[in-house]
Amino acid sequence: MPVVMDPGRISRALMRIAHEIVERNREVDELALVGIRTRGVPLARRLAANLQEIAEREIPLGALDITLYRDDLMRHTVGPQPLLRHTEIPFSIDDRRILLVDDVLYTGRTVRAALDALVDFGRPRAIQLIVLVDRGHRELPIRADYVGKNLPTALPESVQVRLVETDGADEVLIQQPAAEEPA
Amino acid sequence: MTPRTPADTGPAAASGQLSRLRSPHLLSAADLTPEEVLLILDTAGAMREVGTRPIKKVPALRGKTVVNLFFEPSTRTRTSFEIAEKRLSADALNIAASGSSVVKGETLADTARNLEAMAPDIIVIRHQASGACHLLADICSSRIVNAGDGMHEHPTQALLDLLTIRDHKPDFARLKVAIIGDLLHSRVMRSNVRLLTMLGADVWVCGPPTMMPAGIELQGVTATSSIDAAVEGADVVMMLRIQLERMSGHFFPSLREYHELFGLSAARLARARPDVIVMHPGPLNRGVEIASEVADGPYSVILEQVSNGVALRMAVLYLIAGVSEGVD
Amino acid sequence: MATRTPPQAGIGDVLLKGGRLVDPAQGADGACDLLLRGGRVEQVGPGLPVGEARVIEIPDGLVVCPGLIDMHVHLREPGQEYKETIRSGALAALAGGFTGVACMPNTVPVNDHPGVTTQIVRKAAEAGLAHVYPIGAVTAGSRGEQMTEFGALREAGCVAVSDDGHPVADALMMRRALEYASMFGMPVINHCEDPSLKDDGSAHEGPTAAELGLRGIPGAAEEVMVARDVALSELTGGSVHIAHMSVAGSLRAVRAGKERGVRVTCEVTPHHFILSDEQLTYDTNFKMNPPLRGTVDRDAMLEGLADGSIDAIATDHAPHHADDKAVEFDKAPFGIIGLETAIPLVLDRLLHTGHLSLTRIVELLATNPARILGLPGGSLAPGAPADVTVLAPDAEVEVSAAAFRSRARNTPFDGWKLKGAAAAVLVGGRTAYVNDQVAAATAFEVP
Repeated sequence: MPVVMDPGRISRALMRIAHEIVERNREVDELALVGIRTRGVPLARRLAANLQEIAEREIPLGALDITLYRDDLMRHTVGPQPLLRHTEIPFSIDDRRILLVDDVLYTGRTVRAALDALVDFGRPRAIQLIVLVDRGHRELPIRADYVGKNLPTALPESVQVRLVETDGADEVLIQQPAAEEPA
Repeated sequence: MTPRTPADTGPAAASGQLSRLRSPHLLSAADLTPEEVLLILDTAGAMREVGTRPIKKVPALRGKTVVNLFFEPSTRTRTSFEIAEKRLSADALNIAASGSSVVKGETLADTARNLEAMAPDIIVIRHQASGACHLLADICSSRIVNAGDGMHEHPTQALLDLLTIRDHKPDFARLKVAIIGDLLHSRVMRSNVRLLTMLGADVWVCGPPTMMPAGIELQGVTATSSIDAAVEGADVVMMLRIQLERMSGHFFPSLREYHELFGLSAARLARARPDVIVMHPGPLNRGVEIASEVADGPYSVILEQVSNGVALRMAVLYLIAGVSEGVD
Repeated sequence: MATRTPPQAGIGDVLLKGGRLVDPAQGADGACDLLLRGGRVEQVGPGLPVGEARVIEIPDGLVVCPGLIDMHVHLREPGQEYKETIRSGALAALAGGFTGVACMPNTVPVNDHPGVTTQIVRKAAEAGLAHVYPIGAVTAGSRGEQMTEFGALREAGCVAVSDDGHPVADALMMRRALEYASMFGMPVINHCEDPSLKDDGSAHEGPTAAELGLRGIPGAAEEVMVARDVALSELTGGSVHIAHMSVAGSLRAVRAGKERGVRVTCEVTPHHFILSDEQLTYDTNFKMNPPLRGTVDRDAMLEGLADGSIDAIATDHAPHHADDKAVEFDKAPFGIIGLETAIPLVLDRLLHTGHLSLTRIVELLATNPARILGLPGGSLAPGAPADVTVLAPDAEVEVSAAAFRSRARNTPFDGWKLKGAAAAVLVGGRTAYVNDQVAAATAFEVP
């Protein structure tokens, strides 16, 4: 399984994104980070630490579970219902600039669900999207504002982001389709 | 099916944690495994957050029709289900026995067939006959949730009781739980006994011998008619409602003596652990099974039970809706 | 399966040749021929000459016994013909191996008047199938208040009195009934169940009912009334017969009474010695009264069958329409049908387990019912009616409710695979029923 990002590259990408955020958002106090469960949350936490370092501000941090907003919910003919996890947004998102964080941008459906979920929490001034990897193959008109790495992939391949917090190691892998697994 | 990004497969799936129920129906707590119970409680825990939002609604059950078929008067349970359904964006429809064809002599089976013809996704049923929900499940292809059947079970009540207990005391296996009152007629007791014993709690049931179900100790509980013995060192004291509407005889001579012998007073409660919690499925008969000073006192979690009811029922509806057909 | 309509012409001699003949009334069990003439038994013995007789060869392994009698059935006619009729019930009886049934009076109207009895007798004669012996009500409308005219009922054809479905609750009424019935030599058959203890129960009071949340009927509800009736029988000298006994305590009371010489007899149903409340679910085909009891009670019934303290096996055949049963357990009527399952159940569970001998089984199903009700059958001694059941104890059968002759299908035994069946039935010397399937499997040919 080819490793496309190692711990160093991941760390550098997140620091670069933090700098871009500060450049593009004059009012750092209006910002808030919301990570999409699961791996968007530790990424958001790392970005918050980077921003603290760069801008010397504590950026509010939230976690969003988009399960209840998925467009494929209840549409499975087989297979389990996705496990529901906690959403924690301990601040008002009204009039804030929300930095939405996810690990991989692919079809865009997860982000679509996250946008729907966010507007149920209030009316942010703006929402910007941060992803560690953009692997292409969009099915919805969605584009990331900050990208750690653009990674062209073939459709049957899968991209795995592993993080120390959730998986014990930092790396991004491309996995070739396994023969026995249906696409 | 929509292609999934790797991020879509959560850690739960990876670690093999249960993420769905086996049965498309929730008829009896006895049908659940401990893993399923914990899944429901965890899901309910996540659902609670929806109730704290400015817009208390998520689209999870959008386009699903849920019928609340209530053959017994119930305000609390029906309202709780209805709020849960609406928070999940389901189309909720209430059918009360008094306003339906039931009073015209239609059988439950025919009512079920007629409902079936309108293809609701989920039917929530409350009925005075034990096993009525099983009859419905045999006839309908809809998913059935038991909201109380006769003296049999009331699984969502017991699950919300567990959710409430877990908020205060997370390790069920270390708990002494005393369930006190009209055991014979109580479906809440039956469901709670099943779940609590399944999770390893030390369960005591207490009531007058006239209201002690035959062979109750075979269900793994300690049965006593001494409320002091039941309350002694208890972590949880669960009082049951004296169901005056279900009484057909002479189970005790007077409400006064019942309160004297089985009512929960502050003095009696002093025998329990200092961090005891007091529960009651409602509605309360103040001054009968529970003194007001206890019901409204610092140990009471009765209102928490009510608010947990909505989240728990959201979890059950969400999970039941997600059970795949033909997969076990 | 086929039911033969009896030939209209007078019947000549019939010789049942070969096979094993079991007749406890004569102490007979062995290879024996049986000659029937003019609707009666003419001669019993080995190697009887054929003469003019039509010969029915009985293959080895089959058993010839006196026509079996189910002393406790509900035929629902008049009044509830959608559940069962006298004709359909009699057909079911023949298909089940019974040549006679005694039908309980809880029809609509109740058989508390000779007019109703006469109607039943006439309908049974019109059907011309099995013998139907009406049982009259003890009290008007079985309401327990006013005694019926036992003399007139007897005259019209009743063989016993009972308020079955309801107990005779009032002790004084029971006392008077026993006293009065003794004048006509009729037993009083009582459905023993204290109404206040039964309350609105629908299942045996025990762990299963507690688990299912069903209101219980304690075993004591039966036991107290059995004890009362034994005492009243002792007091009055009248014959009391305990219907569908189901609990160990009742059996103890009956045994104690019998030891003192009290004229008490009792019956048990197949479901009460085979099933227990452990099998209970919300399936309303498991709802009957008395309810399925605990395993201790079930085992006591088996013991009573073996030690002789139980006198009869009766089915309490209680037909109900599927619509009546397709309701909540609480709302469903009590009762299951039994005529077409009894013989396979008895042979499978009592004979093949070695629990009872064939002689004892015939005693429970023919000899004793006839004796208790004072019926002419129950024996194959010369002069007895030519009512004969041919059993195929080794025939393998599968219960199929859909194929029942009864109008009803309410049985918990559907799909059971059992060993033993009735192969043929002769009523009054005429071949009334042949089970073609069993006959074919046992190389049995009925000309």
